[in-house]
Amino acid sequence: MKCLITGGNVKVLGKAVHSLSRIGDELYLEPLKDGLSLRTVNSSRSAYACFLFAPLFFQQYQAASPGQDLLRCKILMKAFLSVFRSLATVEKSVETCCISLSGSHSHLVVQLHCKYGVTKTHNLSFQDCESLQAVFDSASCPHLLRTPARVLAEAVLSFPLALTEVTLGIGRGRRVILRSYQEEEADSTSKAMVTETSIGDEDFQQLHAPEGIAVTFCLKEFRGLLSFAESANLPLTIHFDVPGRPVIFTIEDSLLDAHFVLATLLEQDSCSQGPCSPKPQQPVPQKQAHSTPHLDDFTSDDIDCYMIAMETTGGNEGSGAQPSTSLPPVSLASHDLAPTSEEEEEEAEPSTVPGTPPPKKFRSLFFGSILADVHSPQGPNPVLAEDSDGEG
Amino acid sequence: MKFRAKIVDLACLNHFTRVSNMIAKLAKTCTLRISPEKLNFILCDKLASGGVSMWCELEQENFFSEFQMEGVSEENNEIYLELTSENLSRALKTAQNSRALKIKLTNKHFPCLTVSVELQVSSSSSSRIVVHDIPIKVLPRRLWKDLQEPSIPDCDVSICLPALKMMKSVVEKMRNISNQLVIEANLKGELNLKIETELVCVTTHFKDLENPLLPSDSVSQNRHPEDMAKVHIDIKKLLQFLVGQQVTPTKAVCSEFASPLLTSCVLHMQVCPVLGIELAETVSLESSLEPEVSRDAEEE
Repeated sequence: MKCLITGGNVKVLGKAVHSLSRIGDELYLEPLKDGLSLRTVNSSRSAYACFLFAPLFFQQYQAASPGQDLLRCKILMKAFLSVFRSLATVEKSVETCCISLSGSHSHLVVQLHCKYGVTKTHNLSFQDCESLQAVFDSASCPHLLRTPARVLAEAVLSFPLALTEVTLGIGRGRRVILRSYQEEEADSTSKAMVTETSIGDEDFQQLHAPEGIAVTFCLKEFRGLLSFAESANLPLTIHFDVPGRPVIFTIEDSLLDAHFVLATLLEQDSCSQGPCSPKPQQPVPQKQAHSTPHLDDFTSDDIDCYMIAMETTGGNEGSGAQPSTSLPPVSLASHDLAPTSEEEEEEAEPSTVPGTPPPKKFRSLFFGSILADVHSPQGPNPVLAEDSDGEG
Repeated sequence: MKFRAKIVDLACLNHFTRVSNMIAKLAKTCTLRISPEKLNFILCDKLASGGVSMWCELEQENFFSEFQMEGVSEENNEIYLELTSENLSRALKTAQNSRALKIKLTNKHFPCLTVSVELQVSSSSSSRIVVHDIPIKVLPRRLWKDLQEPSIPDCDVSICLPALKMMKSVVEKMRNISNQLVIEANLKGELNLKIETELVCVTTHFKDLENPLLPSDSVSQNRHPEDMAKVHIDIKKLLQFLVGQQVTPTKAVCSEFASPLLTSCVLHMQVCPVLGIELAETVSLESSLEPEVSRDAEEE
């Protein structure tokens, strides 16, 4: 495998890695025939991002040496990010970047050829893995928004940096509304400030969505894509559906493709809660007990709303049985579970362990072990050695 | 209870934003008092060992092009609201290039101050609207008496401060050495900022400052003009005040008074820039750490 990137494209790659780093801790790198794909997913499987750089993006692109299998690996995000840590330096001094596999295939070599004859070589260790692929279909989303990224970037400026979630919806007069989302807390003595930005539909190149629709997703992750899109000066397309279904952000260009899939909050009655309700104030509906705004804490109930269907290269899984929601998804990061292809269930985990037995069997086996931990035998353990009494 | 106001002038908006930023730097929550002619920001942060209290008054007609309010009742035509000062300054921050800013009291799920900004973004044809709902707490009438304008008691010495920026840089450096600052001033236009520790004693002298004439000078008249009135205050609190100053005052007066139990100084500022906006701010710093007050008696 060998990819050679020159000039301004090195910075573009760097920016892409920066936006991926806001989502997950591991970067899945896969040189495909139609380009180099960089993917990541967050630990709770509620956000997925994928960049595909077409061969034209590179000065030289070779997915695999003849006679070799295509590489599929994952690298620690921190390690890959450290290569492009300072974008300013990358822009100023890096002339070409070469990504290749080391001779012994033990390391991924990223070499930066900089000005004044300086060469920086990074040997990154990687892990072979199955391809990471989220199951989503932007064509199946009925609603669509398309706008230059700059419009949304400006709108998002009015929100505090610490804000976790934002609601996007269509309000009266076909105005697109972005509103800060606050969790309703039991002791609501200290309420937080609510900020709402509305943008006229003239700023949107395409707007196919009815008034009243609104979806809530994580702003922090979205900001990553937004900053990339803004710097690349590309239009951003948002495909969304009802609350609960993931929202898909895409950037398309001749040289690259980016998809960010973020899970959305499932609301029982989004209309009266949302920013776009044409009706006057309604009593706040009893919402489902949602997990806290911090994505890492999506371990509690309603994981269903957040999980994005994932699949492996091994193919879809047809089983309908869902793992119980008491499973902490944190464990999923290391013990990848088998997927389910039931789209409406909003929940699945990829099996990225190579050489896995048929996923279905793997899953039930795995669950068996998990259950064993949870429901440990209550009775006393058999006594294997008696206490010896009376010994001095 | 109703309140509706609008700012259209960019300079007024900037000024209002700076005032709000200053408040945000001083304390987490503040009280906003709305009356037909004025808008007041009140901070009442009295702690056991001294604290900062602040009273800031703005003439509403200098800022707002439209201002309508209806108080709690006819006799008490005022509104007292408590809010997190940072929220207001954050909301105003987004309004920097706006065409118009509207503030009103609303009740959307909870009582709040709605700040609505109409932005003109160069890249788009239409205007963008940003609405902030700042949650507030309406203060009942029984608490109003604690939030009245503090009366400046007869002070020992009153002196105009030197350039606040200079004072700030001096005090900042002194803060690294000691927690307590001694401010000495006399009626001859001399001001000393002093810190005393076991190892070192540092004093910065300011001369030729103006002593404003105060209405009740009876106490000061008995003083020898060279007598220094000394107050001990918490350096951090003074620094908080100086750092928060975003508005250059035309006059900043420090009035000191010392009693056996308490030493305090009141910093009173008046800002009258070209636009004719008046902002009077009184910050009183109290310190009861030093029960004894010594006076340099330079009797001749």
